[in-house]
Amino acid sequence: MLPKSKMRVIALLTAIATALCLLFAAPVSAEQKKETIKIGGIFSVTGPASFLGDPEKKSMILAIDRINDAGGIDGHMLKAIIYDSEGDPTRAVRNVQRLITRDDVTAIIGPSLTPTSLAVIPVIERSSLPLISCAAGNKITDPIKPWVFKTAQSDIHAVASIYGHMRENGIQNVAIIAVSNAFGESGRDQLIEQAGAFGIDIVARESFGGADKDMTAQLTNIRSAEPDAIVCWGTNPGPAVVAKNAKQLGIDIPLYNSHGVASPRFIDLAGDAAEGILLPTGRLLVAGILPEDDPQKAVLSDYMEAYENRYRETASAFGGYAYDAINLLAEAIKGTGGDKAKIRDNLEKIQGHVGISGEFNFSETDHNGLAPGAFVMVRIKDGTWELVE
Amino acid sequence: MQEFLQYFFSGLTNGAIYGIIALGFSMLYRSTDLINFSHGEFVMIGALSMVTLTMTLKIPVIWAFFIVVFGVGLLGMVFERLAIRTVKRPEPIVLIIITVGASIFLRGAGMLVWGKNAQSMPPFTPHPPLDIAGARLLVQSIWILVIAILIAACLHLFYRRTLTGKAMYACAINKQAAWLVGIPSKMMILLAFGLSTGMGAVAGAIIAPVTMPAYDMGAMLGLKGFCAAMLGGLGSLWGSLLGGFLLGVLEAMGVGFVSSGLKDATAFLLLLLVLYFRPQGIISAASVKRF
Repeated sequence: MLPKSKMRVIALLTAIATALCLLFAAPVSAEQKKETIKIGGIFSVTGPASFLGDPEKKSMILAIDRINDAGGIDGHMLKAIIYDSEGDPTRAVRNVQRLITRDDVTAIIGPSLTPTSLAVIPVIERSSLPLISCAAGNKITDPIKPWVFKTAQSDIHAVASIYGHMRENGIQNVAIIAVSNAFGESGRDQLIEQAGAFGIDIVARESFGGADKDMTAQLTNIRSAEPDAIVCWGTNPGPAVVAKNAKQLGIDIPLYNSHGVASPRFIDLAGDAAEGILLPTGRLLVAGILPEDDPQKAVLSDYMEAYENRYRETASAFGGYAYDAINLLAEAIKGTGGDKAKIRDNLEKIQGHVGISGEFNFSETDHNGLAPGAFVMVRIKDGTWELVE
Repeated sequence: MQEFLQYFFSGLTNGAIYGIIALGFSMLYRSTDLINFSHGEFVMIGALSMVTLTMTLKIPVIWAFFIVVFGVGLLGMVFERLAIRTVKRPEPIVLIIITVGASIFLRGAGMLVWGKNAQSMPPFTPHPPLDIAGARLLVQSIWILVIAILIAACLHLFYRRTLTGKAMYACAINKQAAWLVGIPSKMMILLAFGLSTGMGAVAGAIIAPVTMPAYDMGAMLGLKGFCAAMLGGLGSLWGSLLGGFLLGVLEAMGVGFVSSGLKDATAFLLLLLVLYFRPQGIISAASVKRF
């Protein structure tokens, strides 16, 4: 038998503990009444395009956790269900079907690539639920499909930035060298299509394989066409080889690259040969050197800090596509209670949403919502990036 | 003329790379009657470890080169001992499938060790490109050419002049007969694997500065090297080297004069033509006669 005073203390503690339990349990049970909204994600987490899918998956989880920590949307919690497409269109379609029929998701983020995105569009249109793709190809939202949106900047914007810079510098004759895959072909088509509008003549067109080791033959052809500048369209390591070979051949005209190589990795690979190369990039890469009055600066540093604190790796623009997609979706879900058609209508009405990739202004005729200003031109100087006016 | 010379130089460099890889295929085939489809992966391991040794560990290029070649050769021997010799019924098709499996395994291991990003390292000797009649030639290309020819010559001497070389050749012609006259055939096969993968590592190490190696480079290089070996005549050393140069130069000319989109198509079209008109390869018939 315990002394009376000790019994009283125990009783008091028990009472406090019970009260505390009730206090904290109460809001939880109230929240549980509001249904959780499930959001599907399909990214190329493994496979050759994992450099896109991996940060996208991590950013989606990060964005959803941040929303839930802030109390969800109108009290609804969000839940991410993410599948890996491995960059394979067939697998992406299977993932979408599974998300719709088994997991009963409200909306889908992804896929990461243009081919996988195009493959899932018919299923999305049939099932009537919003999809926000993280791929760059402009075919995804052109022509407009009612349920399909995308957050990544298009080749259109990249080409417009490059040609804009060329026009200001009096460059007229341009040679193109592009990687022979969907990314390169899409870029080449845009370069050809927009050339007229900027008064640019394309004097040579060459291509290279993604794993080729030597592009001197193509560059020799280009040199004999005597262009004022070269545009190289590809992802690492091809463009680094082009840069090295151009230096080897002593070609000293401006070399432009696509946003496909906008990562410090490119500078590592190309070394000295990267000096002076011009390319368009989203603002994330140059967040540190952006002027203070840039509207995106706060959003960018907030995202980068959160991402880097959580995953202990450098944030990339690719992760930003998924991060923007979730935040846009969250904005559209407000006040709908999870109704798919209303979410779609709200997405189309979003104006002035400042995200990682730029300022989004969606409309009935624009499901990408970005302007060419989403890109800035940078020059590689002394092994780092330098903003170009 | 200047253009032609530039295509030719570009072709020679690539050709020498294909040639050394083809040599590895050929020499293993000559000694063991086996085609090692994971050969490209040993090239990858050679290239990536070269980058690690010189860039991360700061070992001088010359030492790094020998460490890499020796190490990968040893790895090749381990592969033979663990995966090839232990097979109960060593039929060619079984062994070939094992090498395909090994290539997938090694690629995965390469990805885990070196990550998915391409790596880079400076050339062996820092020297600006040479200007020859208006065409530019990288000094590293000369290294590649010289080493390729040197290796073919050493192999030639090894097979013609040394007892071990002859014994190895005897094993391939008839394993049982070789065993009867006292040649340790298992030892010879082990040695052949070591030499062949070591040669793959040589290819990897010398191309590391010009290519930007990554874990997935092996498949295409292996395929092109195999192409070159078939072209020249599988089993013939000089034929393989010649096949490599031919493939490289024709590819470069194809890019220069036809279309850059058809680069890889050129190589494989050539292989189909050779297989159709001269299945034994360009110079195989005279130099390799077996059974």
